[in-house]
Amino acid sequence: MEDTTTLQFVWFVLISVLWIGYLVLEGFDFGIGMLMKLIGGSREEKRAILHTIGPVWDGNEVWLLVAGGATFAAFPEWYATLFSGFYIALLAILVALIVRNVGFEMWGKRDTDAWRTGWEWCIAIGSLLPALLWGVAWANIIGGVPIEPVTTHGVESIEYTGTFFDLLSVYTLLGGVASLAIFFAHGALFLEIRTEGDIREKARAVAAKATPVAALLAAVFMAWTLIRQDSLEILSLIAAVVAVGSFGFAAINAKSQPMRAFTGTAVGIALYFIAQFIDLFPNAMVSSIDSAFDMSLNMASSTNYTLTVMTVVAGLLVPVVLLYQGWTYWVFRHRLSAEGFGDVKSPMDLLDQKKEAGSGPESDQRA
Amino acid sequence: MSTIAMTSLELARWQFGIVTLYHFIFVPLTIGLAFFTAWYQTRWYRTKDEKWLRATRFWGKLMLISFALGVATGIVQEFQFGMNWSAYSRFVGDIFGAPLAMEGLAAFFVESTFLGLWIFGWGRLSEKVHLACMWAVSLSTMLSAFFILAANSWMQHPVGYELNQATNKVELKSIWDVLTNSTALYAMTHTMLAAALTGGMVIAGISAWHLLRKNEVEVFSSSMKIALPSLAVAGLLTLVVGHFNGILMSEQQPMKMAAADAVFETEDGVGLSLFATGKFEGNPEETNRNIKLPNALSFIMTGKPDSEVKGVNNLNEEYRQRFGDPASPEYRGPEFKTMDYAPIVWVAYWSWRVMLGCGFLLALFGVIGWWFNRKGKLPDSRRFLKLAMPAASLPFIAAAAGWIFTEMGRQPWVVFGLLRTQDANSPTVSATEVWISLVGMTLLYGVLAVFAGKIFFKTAGKGPAEIEEGEEDKPYLGMAY
Ligand code: HDD
Ligand code: HEM
Ligand code: HEM
Repeated sequence: MEDTTTLQFVWFVLISVLWIGYLVLEGFDFGIGMLMKLIGGSREEKRAILHTIGPVWDGNEVWLLVAGGATFAAFPEWYATLFSGFYIALLAILVALIVRNVGFEMWGKRDTDAWRTGWEWCIAIGSLLPALLWGVAWANIIGGVPIEPVTTHGVESIEYTGTFFDLLSVYTLLGGVASLAIFFAHGALFLEIRTEGDIREKARAVAAKATPVAALLAAVFMAWTLIRQDSLEILSLIAAVVAVGSFGFAAINAKSQPMRAFTGTAVGIALYFIAQFIDLFPNAMVSSIDSAFDMSLNMASSTNYTLTVMTVVAGLLVPVVLLYQGWTYWVFRHRLSAEGFGDVKSPMDLLDQKKEAGSGPESDQRA
Repeated sequence: MSTIAMTSLELARWQFGIVTLYHFIFVPLTIGLAFFTAWYQTRWYRTKDEKWLRATRFWGKLMLISFALGVATGIVQEFQFGMNWSAYSRFVGDIFGAPLAMEGLAAFFVESTFLGLWIFGWGRLSEKVHLACMWAVSLSTMLSAFFILAANSWMQHPVGYELNQATNKVELKSIWDVLTNSTALYAMTHTMLAAALTGGMVIAGISAWHLLRKNEVEVFSSSMKIALPSLAVAGLLTLVVGHFNGILMSEQQPMKMAAADAVFETEDGVGLSLFATGKFEGNPEETNRNIKLPNALSFIMTGKPDSEVKGVNNLNEEYRQRFGDPASPEYRGPEFKTMDYAPIVWVAYWSWRVMLGCGFLLALFGVIGWWFNRKGKLPDSRRFLKLAMPAASLPFIAAAAGWIFTEMGRQPWVVFGLLRTQDANSPTVSATEVWISLVGMTLLYGVLAVFAGKIFFKTAGKGPAEIEEGEEDKPYLGMAY
């Protein structure tokens, strides 16, 4: 097996960054999607909850699309084997994401209870399912799946030869439940720092309970993952320990210091997946049949030329993306509450109302 | 072949066609409406005339519905190459993945982030910054179209690559060649004009509906004043660009052009077929009726009335020599088989004619509309206004026909001359699995069409005033949730 080249390493890191960006950012969107149904009482409260992610959820989801596109460009074999292998599971995720996206748009477009309740369920399930299944998927990637060389169309390639049910085991389901709990807690903390009034109190109560559970599940899954490895990777161990530590930190601070706690879950999620990516390296996919069938990054990779082109493009664009996405969070940093949504038609009315009440966002830079 | 026994390949083809055509209902509408919304908002920024603000809010709202559906259906697009076309992905990944990733990095991030800023930024951002956000959205939709069209054009006309015999994969030699592929530049121009036609025609159709009811005449006749001349210009340019696109295509993919005009035998001075019936197979006698404009096809393709046009049969023979004879043992024949290296001729013939027909009607409509508009007679020309509503379906029909022609006309190749569709699908995905996804996606998209259609038409029918009810003196857009 040939070694990973520098460019391949760079792209492995970049793809990890894209996935982690996706999971940290859309992680709280998933949490919010579930909480809207769970703790949002009145229509106004639900509206306020939805508005906490309104301006940003689509931008967050693009991290996933770019992770997919980047995998195609940099490691086509990985893209091909993984997505054709996890066919039905990925289909379920895509359907859930579609239903959820449409739910966000449709929810407020009509003023009847049946309409709203229907879409709330779509949003809740459309958030829950990916939160669970991404965890299952990553546990499978790290833990290994039945892949082996197959000759079709006159060409040999490493293909997934298992079934959908081979993706489900106690280990992978634990991975799923852990990621679900983590994203749920992450979302509750996000809600806590983005709202005020009743919603905030409810979010605080949920976060206080959910964060320790998430920390515990994360610890168990990380421990099991490390034990399963043939040789213990010291970096992976450090990342796992710090990840669990961050979740624990979040659990301690969930009640009194939501901002700190949220930072804790964000850092925790990042390291939790960094630990998994370190485990995976230098492979793209691990075979549960025979380690001789592992797909190394080198085997999966594009040519040097393509990687060079993509490195230039990513080097120029990723910092810019970070700048303007960061700016968006700054623009929409004001807290939301149900009161503001009493009879507002638009986010604008909300701002106007708040201004009249004298508690408006201080930096309203309207011309 | 009975439907139940369809192979996973055939099912995957159906699925790709269905989800992609569905995605492309919203794509030109989003690109078109985003552009016009930005234009109306610019008018408001410049003149501070309230009618432009109302136009911005109204068309912007419709754009958002289209955008939401475009985004939701786009997610599937990004992953289905790996899911259903893994052999294809392995073969072309070195080349095809790059524009796809660039599309995400350069366009989708801008699109989604600045759209969020635009929707929720009314009043939070200064007017100038807010307008800039809308332009960022509009330009990034076009940029995304460029990258994906460059990827698609590479399949029509591969450039800047080398085939590595050892690995049986294509390798990228020049990204510049891929991005400046002549096919891509034409496809981009043609598709942007199609988007302008779609946006303009939908604006014209909905405005007509309101004008007929004397509803907010000021807003809608102003909307028309921008949309109609744009339609005329885009319609005429489409004819010109489409013509040269056709010439380029017959150089690069002569088989597609031969099929498009049901020319079976190579001849000099070929006529342009206007209407033909029959089985469209193999020999000319089988097209029972074929009304032709003498020498017109030769003239359109080369400028000379008596020049040669290659026929399907002759090209098929040529390709057999170049790419191998079906009689040989390694050959695995195309699935939807009419001839070894030819597409299904009747599909190419009719999809081509549907697109062209709609194109001519749209150009005509635009020119007449412009003329009415200049004379200031628009609100009173009831017949014209009544025509505008059904005419709004034309660009959608044309675009679907255009894609069906482009994609099915390329068959049996998925990458022209390099990879056959039958060698491109995922070997380990079973027919049952594709059945599940095909039925699931089709049902889901069907349900979405009902909801989205309802909301779209309800919003379109309400008009700006009703939408803004209760917020008259707040010049902001009530668009979010
Ligand atoms: C000529 C234009 C065009 C074509 C041929 C396609 N698309 Fe598309 N796509 C767009 C033009 C576009 C757009 C205008 O940028 C959209 C439509 C509505 C929207 O919101 O953005 C979009 C949305 C969109 C999204 C969601 C982006 C987001 O979340 O902001 C994805 C992932 C894709 N597309 C991917 C694809 C793929 C893989 C295609 C090839 C099979 C494809 N599209 C064909
Ligand atoms: C720009 C993006 C693309 C668009 C808008 C597009 C559009 C279409 C359309 C309209 C059809 C015809 C529907 C049908 O035959 O059922 C089609 C068919 C197909 N396309 Fe594309 N396509 C695109 C890119 C691709 C790519 C990248 C692939 C790579 C695998 C591909 C492979 C196919 C295949 C295999 C079929 C089935 C052909 C058939 O059934 O005759 N297309 N596509
Ligand atoms: C009468 C005028 C028209 C002509 C001569 C024309 C010509 C063409 C040609 C030659 C192609 C095939 C390119 C290829 O396969 O390489 C094409 C494709 C296409 N056409 Fe048209 N067209 C016309 C009108 C329209 C209209 C009005 C629309 C939509 C509003 C449209 C939408 C499309 C689309 C979406 C494609 C596929 C994308 C592409 O390859 O560019 N066309 N057209």
